[in-house]
Amino acid sequence: MAKITAGVGCSHVPAIGIAMDQKITNQEYWKPVFEGFEFSRQWMKENSPDIIFLVYNDHCTAFDASCIPTFALGCAAEFKPADEGWGPRPVPVVKGHQQLASHIAQSVILDEFDLTIMNEMEVDHGLTVPLSIMCGDHGRDDSWPCPVIPLAVNVVQYPPPTGNRCYQLGKAIRRAIDSYDEDLNVMIFGTGGMSHQLQAERAGLINAEWDKRFLNMIANDPDGASKIQHLEYIREAGSEGIEMVMWLVMRGALDDKVTEVHRHYHVPASNTAVGHIILENRE
Amino acid sequence: MAEKDYEDIPGTYVFDADRARVGYHLNQFCISLQTEKNRGALRDDPEAYMATFPMTEPQRQAIRERAWNRLLELGGNIYYTSKLAAFDGIVFQDLAAEMSGVSRDDYRKMMLEGGRSIEGNRSKSEWKAK
Repeated sequence: MAKITAGVGCSHVPAIGIAMDQKITNQEYWKPVFEGFEFSRQWMKENSPDIIFLVYNDHCTAFDASCIPTFALGCAAEFKPADEGWGPRPVPVVKGHQQLASHIAQSVILDEFDLTIMNEMEVDHGLTVPLSIMCGDHGRDDSWPCPVIPLAVNVVQYPPPTGNRCYQLGKAIRRAIDSYDEDLNVMIFGTGGMSHQLQAERAGLINAEWDKRFLNMIANDPDGASKIQHLEYIREAGSEGIEMVMWLVMRGALDDKVTEVHRHYHVPASNTAVGHIILENRE
Repeated sequence: MAEKDYEDIPGTYVFDADRARVGYHLNQFCISLQTEKNRGALRDDPEAYMATFPMTEPQRQAIRERAWNRLLELGGNIYYTSKLAAFDGIVFQDLAAEMSGVSRDDYRKMMLEGGRSIEGNRSKSEWKAK
């Protein structure tokens, strides 16, 4: 049977991708960001997933204001890196896993989560930056280590789904994957955050104390984390910090009790606090 | 409609359904600048290109003035308006500096020192008191 073995929480700051694409990760500014991911890349190699289920948000790339699905599941054979206005990132095309994706769609919808199904979709930095962070440098002609099933969550137009809804969806995704016949090692990534505000007079807001509390709760008190209200995210972690609800999809798909194997936190990357955690299921 | 509790947060325009409704054409104008063809059209004749989107006059004026916060107030969303800034060659962090009313160097320094503190920045009442 397919099994979710681990979850990864990770920021998807576009500047991190640009730093990798421009090969400037050893600059003083970037060193402390990337040092915290050295363990993670080694851990990825040692735990080699067969599939990554990746929860992220699109930044008006696949979905402009004309169509805003709350949850959109990528069921296509492949997902091309999108041109976000300065050319597509020089990274491999993302290969999907159509059989498992369609199984998840069917299972989760009958479990009362009304997903949008995407049979054509380009993916932006929200998806490719976490892959680059966790899998290291991969050029355009290379390939990612394994297929990826993307789940795009609306966090651009308020309100995003509640933290609890995301958490419950994670549990439904777990049930779907648990009921898939093939033996597969599946990892789930929840991306975005941590505290940041990109807009208006309060731009640049960072709340390290709140972020660290969130990391603690994601690891040890997921029920508590799932009850955090939208107002608290926006007020305490910034208007764009609300995207941390996506980490709860990841957390919902894991066991209640998990083993934290790695954590990394650094301020800043551009306008954002970088947060990262690796959690393993204990079986 | 229930009171919008998030309207108490200072210096923040939450892009909710009301703002999304009034900002729809403004945001679609901004996102159209992702293609070189449309950027060329805006460069060649800004008024003619803006006229292809049914925006309000205040929205057009805010675009002409590059009044970044006013654009947010009129329904723009930062992920969209930043495409207009990119068209001007403004990098994101400098746009953030401009929106928050400080120089680019001061903004960079603030970020390197841990970002804008949450203390004193939770509620409009705290800003009024200043």
